[in-house]
Amino acid sequence: MKTFKLGGVHPAANKLSDKAPIEVAEVPALVAIPMAQNLGAPSKAIVAKGDKVKVGTVIGEPGGFLSSYVHSSVSGTVDKVDIVEDATGRRVQAVFIKVEGDEWEESIDRSKDIVREIKLEKQEIIDKVKAMGIVGMGGATFPTQVKLAPPPTAKPECVIINAVECEPYLTSDHSLMLAHPEEICIGVQILEKAIGVKKAYIGIEANKPDAIELMTETAKKGFPEIEIVPLKLKYPQGGEKQLINAVIGKEVPSGGLPIATGALVQNVGTAFAVYEAIQKNKPLIERIVTVTGKSIKKPSNFLARLGVPIRQLIDAAGGVPEDTGKIISGGPMMGKAMPDTNSYMVKGCSGILVMKNEESRRKAAGPCIKCGKCVHACPMGLQPNFLSRYSELGMLAEAEEERIYDCIECGSCQFSCPANRPLLDWIRQGKPKVMGILRARAAEAKAKAEAARAAEEAARKARELEAEHEEHHSKTEETHADVNAHLLKHSGPMPEDKK
Amino acid sequence: MNLILIALIVLGVIGAVGSLVLFAVAKKFYVYEDPRVGQVEEVLPGANCGGCGFPGCHGMADACVKASSLDGLLCPVGGAETMAKIAGILGMEAAASEPKLAVVRCSGDHCARPKVSNYDGAKSCAVAAATFGGETGCVFGCLGFGDCTRACQFDAIHINPETGLPVVDEDKCVACGACAKACPKIVIEIRRKNNAKTPQPKRVWVQCINKDKGGVARKACANACIGCGKCEKTCKFGAIKVENNLAWIDSEKCKACGMCVAECPTGAIHATEPVMVVVEKLKAKKEAEKKAAAEAAAAAKAAAQSEAAAPKAEPVAAKAAPKAE
Repeated sequence: MKTFKLGGVHPAANKLSDKAPIEVAEVPALVAIPMAQNLGAPSKAIVAKGDKVKVGTVIGEPGGFLSSYVHSSVSGTVDKVDIVEDATGRRVQAVFIKVEGDEWEESIDRSKDIVREIKLEKQEIIDKVKAMGIVGMGGATFPTQVKLAPPPTAKPECVIINAVECEPYLTSDHSLMLAHPEEICIGVQILEKAIGVKKAYIGIEANKPDAIELMTETAKKGFPEIEIVPLKLKYPQGGEKQLINAVIGKEVPSGGLPIATGALVQNVGTAFAVYEAIQKNKPLIERIVTVTGKSIKKPSNFLARLGVPIRQLIDAAGGVPEDTGKIISGGPMMGKAMPDTNSYMVKGCSGILVMKNEESRRKAAGPCIKCGKCVHACPMGLQPNFLSRYSELGMLAEAEEERIYDCIECGSCQFSCPANRPLLDWIRQGKPKVMGILRARAAEAKAKAEAARAAEEAARKARELEAEHEEHHSKTEETHADVNAHLLKHSGPMPEDKK
Repeated sequence: MNLILIALIVLGVIGAVGSLVLFAVAKKFYVYEDPRVGQVEEVLPGANCGGCGFPGCHGMADACVKASSLDGLLCPVGGAETMAKIAGILGMEAAASEPKLAVVRCSGDHCARPKVSNYDGAKSCAVAAATFGGETGCVFGCLGFGDCTRACQFDAIHINPETGLPVVDEDKCVACGACAKACPKIVIEIRRKNNAKTPQPKRVWVQCINKDKGGVARKACANACIGCGKCEKTCKFGAIKVENNLAWIDSEKCKACGMCVAECPTGAIHATEPVMVVVEKLKAKKEAEKKAAAEAAAAAKAAAQSEAAAPKAEPVAAKAAPKAE
């Protein structure tokens, strides 16, 4: 079985909810839909108090290039537009909607029929993905329309669907595959069409044999170009770069985009959302979220509307147990501990993990014993021990030299550290600073190049003028000077201009 | 014997050649430096803290020598004394400088600002600030992990374990600003040490940076500034501005009269001891006035009640009330 080459760790899988079917979560009386649900600029609310909305009505517009639309997940009246705290305690704008009935926009096809035929063309698909507010559902919430329009220099060869779900505990992708295999395959075909390729892989980790079997069967029945790739269990296989390496054996160059390998990676949840958006006209208004934990009474997978209070979902799974130490949004490896449960469902929330006090507390950090376990575990081939120290001491030049910008923040180093050192905490401090320096340097270089080009242009014009002048002079004389002037005119700087 | 002699000669020749080369290089690449730079550097404290805005004391000395006047150049560590010495060396006038001080603008101690969550990541304010809003309900205030203490080269700022807040040692602080730079929440501000010409420093500051609306801020912390604007109205010198639900006192305009401190309903405005003496008096006076006003109002009420019986009593009471105010 395939897996990625470098590093990786083996946390206990703890997939407690893998047998739980998808339950539809109750729609509460009041929802709060945050406007910052995607990577990049937050969306701008375009509704005001008293506005009537239906399920699927646009309530937020993109606030920039890297941003997306937000739709109402319920029908009712806008109660207020106010500030709420998101899962990490940061303040974001949110639209509060008082729920009245469950009236959907007429354009949305709510029937259960599966639509196979893809009618839309390439650009139409991308436009519609944008209009339906689709973002990466794996947790990073990168706006999908941006990913579907790679730079013109890139040559896409295949789509890789990320159904790895390497985070322990989470089962939302697993349950989605079991419930909607055909829809996912159609979604994959839509993605293929959007970037103009005819090959797709679905990478699934070996701890989901039922999903592998079902997806393989479905693909055999009518999707010959989709190949299911079972993968050996290893964290962080769901990382974009690791998945590409595991499935097609290529390596994303340091500092480059994953599309440089010819592979476009999308989460399986995104593929399903794309299917619903393109074939059913349904915007991204709900997602599957795993509510789990060793102390949770009933680990479940909920199909929850966006804006549903997190607290309600935990209550539906049996409530917050007595000895709870942490509640994490996402998985235990990369998720974030929530300061309280008063936040709301967002597009990127794939799981809510309740951890007991004794298993959640970090142990006291000791001194580094230079064992090199973190170096061994790093899937990017970095030296986390040095990176964290450099970040802590503000040695940014050294951190840059050690390629801190390549860190994917998977936490394998911290997981493997026998001294319990907060390696990733510090690397996260240094990484954005180094990235800032790199960006500033790039901007400076660009400005310089532009200035040089402008100077070159001016010089060329001056030379041309001179040449013309000379040409004019020598016309009557019919000498070699004419030829020279011509040569001068046409041998002007050309290659630099095109940059 | 011969061997020793050879060794001596060889080493001697190598040494001589080397010294010649070094001499030639030193002559060829000699850079002239104003000798006054060295003199100025000797006067400077040599802490290389960067508080002057230059990279270390040598940078500052260089800037002083090159500058046409010493305006805007200040060594916060050495203060006016050092600047006067530098002025003496360079034959210039030293600009008058006000001693400054780092001021901690958070009064959310353990009692005022209870914890709502527990953080167990790396014990650093920078890391904690990047991770979440903070352990308490206030997302603006001090995190208490002591990045300021680690940044201070002068041992002038320490976390008080009782309150969980940093305390600045007035005698040791040189206002280099290292702690203010290290604080991810911008809790620490460099302010004027003395706003009046008294031997004991008089200064007034708002000890809160919570920009939430009054109710939210108060819920998170009992000592929070609620942005009510009473201080702004009280200030006769236009030194106070309330923006984003938060008052800020301009230490350049403030005269440390203490009026705002007496007026603040939440006690978010703090002042030094000499100002507080005045404030106590102001508060006592206000209290007395309030009492008098209440008495007058009661009298007016009584008068109004007896108005039916004797309507002439009313104007007397009405006159009495404003006088008392």
